[in-house]
Amino acid sequence: MLGKKVRSRAIFIFLVLTSLILTAYILFKSLEENVVYFLSPTEIYEKQEIHFDKKIRIGGMVKKNTIKHSAESINFIITDFKNEIYVIYSGSIPNLFAEEKGVVAEGFLKDKNYFLADKILAKHDENYMPPEVNEALMKESKQ
Amino acid sequence: MIFGELGYYSLIFSILFSILLFFFIYQDYFIKNNNINIKIYSFCFLQFFTIILSFFSLVFSFLLSDFSLASVFENSHSSKPMFYKFSGTWGNHEGSLLLWIAVLSSFLFLFLLNSKKDPKKYRLLTIFFQNILILGFLIFIIKTSNPFEKLIPIPKEGLGLNPILQDPALAIHPPILYIGYVGSSIIFSSSLASMIVNFVSKIWAESIKIWVLISWIFLTLGIMLGSIWAYYELGWGGFWFWDPVENVSLMPWLALTALLHSVIILAKRNIFQSWTVILSIITFALSMNGTFLVRSGILNSIHTFANDPKRGIFILSFLIFLSLLSLIIFFIYQPQKKGNIFFNFSSKEMGIAINNWFMIFFLSAVLIGTIYPILLEVINGKKISVGPPYYNFILTPFLIPFLIIMTISVKMDWIRSSINEKKKELLFLLIFALFFVLMISYFFEEINITVLLIFFSSIFLIFSLFKDFFDFFRNKKKINIAQIISHFGFGLLIFSIAVCSTFSKEIDINLKVGESIKLYNYELKFKDLSMKEDKNFKSIIGNFNLVEANGKIFYFNPELRIYDQPLIMTSEANIKTNFFKDKYIVMNNVSGSDYYNIRFQEKPFMIWIWIASLLIAAGGFLSIILKRN
Repeated sequence: MLGKKVRSRAIFIFLVLTSLILTAYILFKSLEENVVYFLSPTEIYEKQEIHFDKKIRIGGMVKKNTIKHSAESINFIITDFKNEIYVIYSGSIPNLFAEEKGVVAEGFLKDKNYFLADKILAKHDENYMPPEVNEALMKESKQ
Repeated sequence: MIFGELGYYSLIFSILFSILLFFFIYQDYFIKNNNINIKIYSFCFLQFFTIILSFFSLVFSFLLSDFSLASVFENSHSSKPMFYKFSGTWGNHEGSLLLWIAVLSSFLFLFLLNSKKDPKKYRLLTIFFQNILILGFLIFIIKTSNPFEKLIPIPKEGLGLNPILQDPALAIHPPILYIGYVGSSIIFSSSLASMIVNFVSKIWAESIKIWVLISWIFLTLGIMLGSIWAYYELGWGGFWFWDPVENVSLMPWLALTALLHSVIILAKRNIFQSWTVILSIITFALSMNGTFLVRSGILNSIHTFANDPKRGIFILSFLIFLSLLSLIIFFIYQPQKKGNIFFNFSSKEMGIAINNWFMIFFLSAVLIGTIYPILLEVINGKKISVGPPYYNFILTPFLIPFLIIMTISVKMDWIRSSINEKKKELLFLLIFALFFVLMISYFFEEINITVLLIFFSSIFLIFSLFKDFFDFFRNKKKINIAQIISHFGFGLLIFSIAVCSTFSKEIDINLKVGESIKLYNYELKFKDLSMKEDKNFKSIIGNFNLVEANGKIFYFNPELRIYDQPLIMTSEANIKTNFFKDKYIVMNNVSGSDYYNIRFQEKPFMIWIWIASLLIAAGGFLSIILKRN
């Protein structure tokens, strides 16, 4: 028979290993369910299957002369100069939200051209562009 | 000007002193006596002196607006208030790095003065490892981010400091946070040293406990200041966004909190040697990791004011080098287990051990949430963001057993504790807490079960400590008052956060001047706008009346500030605080229209979140003071 010490150590190691595996499983499972993907209007246009119930972020430029206000909401168009998406948003706007500036909106797609935003991300520097937007714009301009 | 030269050459000299120190440590290490060679003292002091001199040269360059230095030109302006010129010193990459080095060397100097009772070889090796860190960062600052870099021709005027950084809480946030971060360096150095000389013991734990406490207190306060700033300055009314930059300060805090507890066990029971050493190494690695992530510009975040891959690569290589070094030392000199590592299930150390694992779990969850998006992007170019839903989902349920175990193990004794004695008391508290939660669920039906359990477990902790506190004043028993205050603070923190996030109300509307609107039980009137000019900004002030149902009027004046150097607009929230709730109004103009975008929020128990954080730090502070006397 194994000694008492060996056995209790084996149980200890077994417990540690199981809890490690369990932890990793829980972490990645919840990560999978809770991440938000970032897409450009062109990526949405080209995408085959779209989950309308999953929250996503859209990044691009606010198209010129497209911001319209009402008491409840703001409508505007996000463009990456190839494709565009019509956005409806009600909520507070960051200081630097303006036409022909970079923007990131978070919310749900209604269809391929129509986005219901529940958050416009804050930017605090005029020259600052989210790397995501910068990259999306660079990528689109290269092609 | 003279300060630029002085600062730069002081840094060069401190590199020289670092190298000389290595040499003298090597010489002195093999001499068998109990005293460290006086040369080592003098060169440590000289190094400390030159680094501090260099730091103050930069401070003076900022105060005198010496635009011949690139870092001053880029981050300051002659018309700025004196206080922000001063804090501008560390409001940028180069200056904050110099501050980092200044703290590194101050901690070494303090360690040298405070460790006279410890073995000579252990002290020498600690100085040795700390000097590796100092030298590494000195080379880094001179190679990649010299704060004394000259500009030719000398510009007439500076570019100004980002207005959102011009704020009292944020001005003192970096130094406080850095003392916390860098404080862990001396713990790291001393744990490597103590492994080599086989000094990982009760005595070692007693002697580093003070350093753990100091870093922990400052890190707690630093995180709190950053959070307060985010609450009123970023204009969203949140205080924690699970932004990567916040996460990188939370991770060392979690590791340090676990370390603080395992050091206490080591000091009391002489168990957990390896675990304590591992936590010391992890804590410092996470602090370095924080610097790497923030400084490399990898993160998509407003805090990222540096954007130079060279810097990131240097810090990353240095971090990898230090991690490998500690791993090698750990495997060669792993602390020998003394005594029985298996201990009684019903004892204080068991409770602390379990909660230590919980803290490591929280830490892993935050770590994965922070670096997974970076890894994913590197691997397949996919962009994702991990936000509050992930953290709420993964952390909240585990807080419940964490709080309950905390409540019980605070009451437990060391080595062996009979749960029977405490059963009556705990049962009474349990019923009390349960009653309280049932009341809450009766009045507010829509709360989900996880939140109710959080209420329950935090109230359980609060009541239990309240009772201990009460007993203390009736002089019935001796207690550890510092421990009670910190844990009470933690219970209160979780409770207040739960209340605040469950019962907060928030509404966004667009209003024109003169309009009014009904919000919940209030009526909000947008009376008019007024203008004001300050030294470095103009502001547009909105005058709002918030009328309660019973006719009581609150006057709100949220501001829009237009800073001129650099030209940036910011919103200043107006907050009315009392002990029950904060009322919060922030306004924004909607470009190209007469509408103003108003966000109104009611946040119950907000002030208690800050009070609780202060209590947590106060407990640590008290523990140092009580120990000294």
